[in-house]
Parts: sequence; C-alpha cells; structure tokens
Amino acid sequence: MTLKEQYIAFMTIVRKEIKRYLRIWTQTLLPSAITMSLYFVIFGSLIGSRIGEMGGFTYMQFVVPGLIMMAIVTNSYSNVVSSFFGSKFNNSVEELLVSPTPNYVILLGYVVGGISRGILVAIVVTIVSLFFTHLHIHSYFVVVVIVLLTSTLFALAGFINAVFANNFDDISIIPTFVLTPLIYLGGVFYSMDLLPDFWAGVSKLNPLVYVVNAFRYGVLGVSDVSLPFAFGMITLFTVLAFTYSLHLLNSGKRLRQ
Amino acid sequence: MARSVYEHFFQEHMIPALTIENLSKVYGNGFEALKGISLEVQQGDFFAMLGPNGAGKSTTIGIICSLVAKSAGRVAVFDVDIDQDFAAAKKYIGIVPQEFNFNQFEQPMDIVINQAGYYGLPAGLARERAEKYLKALGIWDKREVPSRMLSGGMKRRLMIARALVHEPKLLILDEPTAGVDIEMRRSMWDFLKKINAQGTTIILTTHYLEEAEALCRHIAIINRGEIVEHCSIKALLRRLQREVFILDCVEEVAGPVAISGFHVQVVDAHTLEVAIEKGQYINQVFEQLGRQGIHVSSMRNKANRLEEMFVNLVEGAA
Repeated sequence: MTLKEQYIAFMTIVRKEIKRYLRIWTQTLLPSAITMSLYFVIFGSLIGSRIGEMGGFTYMQFVVPGLIMMAIVTNSYSNVVSSFFGSKFNNSVEELLVSPTPNYVILLGYVVGGISRGILVAIVVTIVSLFFTHLHIHSYFVVVVIVLLTSTLFALAGFINAVFANNFDDISIIPTFVLTPLIYLGGVFYSMDLLPDFWAGVSKLNPLVYVVNAFRYGVLGVSDVSLPFAFGMITLFTVLAFTYSLHLLNSGKRLRQ
Repeated sequence: MARSVYEHFFQEHMIPALTIENLSKVYGNGFEALKGISLEVQQGDFFAMLGPNGAGKSTTIGIICSLVAKSAGRVAVFDVDIDQDFAAAKKYIGIVPQEFNFNQFEQPMDIVINQAGYYGLPAGLARERAEKYLKALGIWDKREVPSRMLSGGMKRRLMIARALVHEPKLLILDEPTAGVDIEMRRSMWDFLKKINAQGTTIILTTHYLEEAEALCRHIAIINRGEIVEHCSIKALLRRLQREVFILDCVEEVAGPVAISGFHVQVVDAHTLEVAIEKGQYINQVFEQLGRQGIHVSSMRNKANRLEEMFVNLVEGAA
C-alpha cells in the first residue's frame, strides 16, 4: 500500500471507532461524566471541605487532576478492549485481516480511537470540574504530553487485553481487579506524604502513581515523584506495549488460525 | 514493437489467477487439514471447490486470504507470492466467507465504505462503489438499516458487495448460497455469471452440486485434505458410466415394460425409470417404447449427475 492508501485505511479505522463510541454515548461518555460529578460532589465538596488543604491546595483542587487522569485511563483502555474484542467476537476483525492494511496501521487506528475517547471524556470531566473549582494550568506542555502518552499506553494495554480475551468476562477482569485498585492506590485522592515510608515505597511500584503525579504537576505544579523519571517510565512502558501489541498482530496470535 | 506488445499481452494473460503448490496445514491439535495439495485456477475461470465437511476447502480459502497460517507450500495470486508480498496479493482478492463476519450493529453502507477504506480507496470513490454494488445486489434500499435487521439472503449479498468494493480480480465465495431461498439463489447466480463474464475470476465452494454444474467450468474435489479430482466439469461428466433417467409417459403403462439392452423399472402408471450405460443411446429407448405404443412426454435425470460422480469419487477415496 502507498502511504496515501495507508493514511486512508488509518482514518477509516479512526472514524469507525469514533462513530462507534458516539453512537453508544450513553454507555461510553455519560457514565464517566456522572461518576466524576459524584466524586467532585462527595470527595471534593462535602468531605473535601472538612479535610482542608493537601499539598498546598484545597482538596478539591488536589483531586481534580487525578480524577481527570482516571477518566483518561479507564476510557482509553475500555474503548480499545471492548471494540477490538467485539470485532474478534463477531469476526468483523476479518474485514481488516484480509485487507492489505499493514498491522501497524490497524494498531494505530484502534489506539487513536481509544486516545480520542480518553481525551473527549477528559474534556467533559474538566468542564464538569469547573462548576466546583477554579483550574489554573501550570504547564500546558506537560499536560498535553502526559495526556497523550497516558492515553496511548492504556489504549495499548486495552488492545493486549482484547487479543488475549476469550470471552466478555476476560475484558472486565483486568479493569476491575487490576486497573481500578491501581488507580485508587495511585495517589488520586491523597498525597504520598500521608503514607508511612514503607507504603510510600511500595506505591512507587505502581505505574499509576507516575501518571497521576506527572499530570498533577502539569495542572498544579506539584508532584510526589520526579517528573523526568515519571516521563521516562511512561514512555518506556508505552514503547514496550506498542512493540508487544505489534508482535501479537504480526504473529496472528489468537487472531489467525 | 508489435511483437513485444503481443508478448506482454500474452504473458499477462497466461498468468494463473491462483497457484497452489504442495500446500499443507497442520493445526495445533495435530489435525492435518491439508496434505500437500496443488492446483491452478486460470484467469477468467469460474472454479468450483467441492468436498464433504472438513475436507479442507475452508482451510485452503483461509490460507489464500491470510486468516489461516499455512504449514508448508506456496500460494501465489496473479503470480504474487503471498510469502513475498501478501499486501499486494490481497489487493487482487475479494472474499465472501461462510459465516457472517460483519458488525451487525453497523449499517450496510458503512460496512461497504469502511471495507473500501481498508483497501485505500478515497472516500468519494468508496461511496460511488458502495452505491454501485449495493444497488447491483438489491440492498440499496436497506443501506441505512442496522445490518442485523437484514434477512439471511440480504446479509450474504451484503458480504458480496463488501468483497467487490475494491473490484478484485479474484472473487472467492465460501458457500455463498447456503441457507438462501431458491429465487434469491438464482438471482445470485445471475449476478455471479455477470461479473465472471466481465472478467472476474471466481472460486466457489458449495455443497449444492447443481450450483457447481450450473455455474462453473472447472472443478477440484477435495477429500480429507487431498485433491481427488481437478479437471473441467465437462470432462468429469463425460466419465459418468451410468445415468438413470425418469421418463414421463403419455399412455398408461400396464404391467412390466421390457426394452432390449436396458434396465427398466415401472415407477407408477405413467412413469418409467431407465438406466443408460456409457455407449448406449437414449434414442434406442424411445424407439423401442414407441413400438410398444408408449410415448414419452418429458424426461429428467433421477439424481444430479455431478452428485453421483462426487459420491463415487469421495467414497472411492475413503
């Protein structure tokens, strides 16, 4: 395929993905907006007012970056895992596999679909948050880069999950039993300073800690972890996830007989 | 110069649409689905692949269109080896699988346009082709209906439209008329004959032997992963040793009927069954019946001729 043909194929996949999640917006966009609004009301407004300051900011200001990042992580992940597994389940993935579209274009198409949903939900959540607090962006560069890297990483993770999944249970196990605990323990609702040394050390094994803190730095200018180290780790995991995803597609594992 | 153009034209048309050499497939569970089959399909042919369930037809098709990884052997589509440049080979192929393999929540128009996109067709051309083939296959009116709402026959035709949107030179259909009513099957046959006449090479697997006889010029019969026959349908039928005809008689047949040299059976008062061995002529039957005052108003084969041959070949190989 020429580069132009590859671009057309890529845009076809992206458009199809966007159309899919917009068609079922009550299942894809609305739940995050409602859930995050509840977090803002309960943790930010009701309980937060009694907690006082955290990291030099009101509790509401402190949790907003984490909650936005939580929306990005869960949505970019769940978009790819459900869409790609769905296409495996109904065999429509064969439409792509029999076509001359290169595997990396297929992967990029799904990943960008996931990124777009993550970002769209993040925008919705950010708008909702403005009803509860004032947001001042410390570094637009950090915010943009970390949003793109994080959504890419978790879209790729969703893709890997979808390749290995055999049934619908398999696509909910990882989000429920791995992703959600890592997010909750990733410093969304608290600063690492509050943890005893041992648990603060253990927390540093959680990749979500770097994601949440790097994004919090972009918004508030404070972070519990070193920013270059956080960037390095997220980039490394993204490269590894992309390489492995492409290997899965090239080998045809669980896709071709 | 003229000679060079002629040679180029000749060479291009000599290239087979599909070449399969010593193709084998062993699945992970050890099942040997293909045991080194070889076959060639010429450009412009209408080719039938027949075989009982599990014979290896779908595995062969799966390998050609990349859904199944081969264990050994060579496959080339219009002389493009799939191991060397599968993307280029895929551009020549349009595939209509046995099972419905589209997202049933999507609309037919989107399904066909998306498929065009996967082949790199620009949006305008994709829309134009989608309209052309959805109209040709009679599902244009349903283009914006969720595809799960289509009937079985319409879903099959949607898959044909999708397979044709990039106008492949080789169209492969895996049992395209399974579960389709007679009227729709006939209209599908007419459509396939038309695109074959326009130059598209067609490979068809089917369980309906009548379908193969009505549409195809060449045939390969696969059984237990091996090709047991590969020739023209005419050549195959010429090898029939015996055919049984049903004769509808004008006059009532009273008692047993004897025709010298032929085995005759009275089915009912107006129907006879006559076996014609190779080398015998049916005219002899009419002559002898005429002398007995019995006139034949119509006749037909007792069983599909190809079906008899198929059963003989498959059972013979067992």
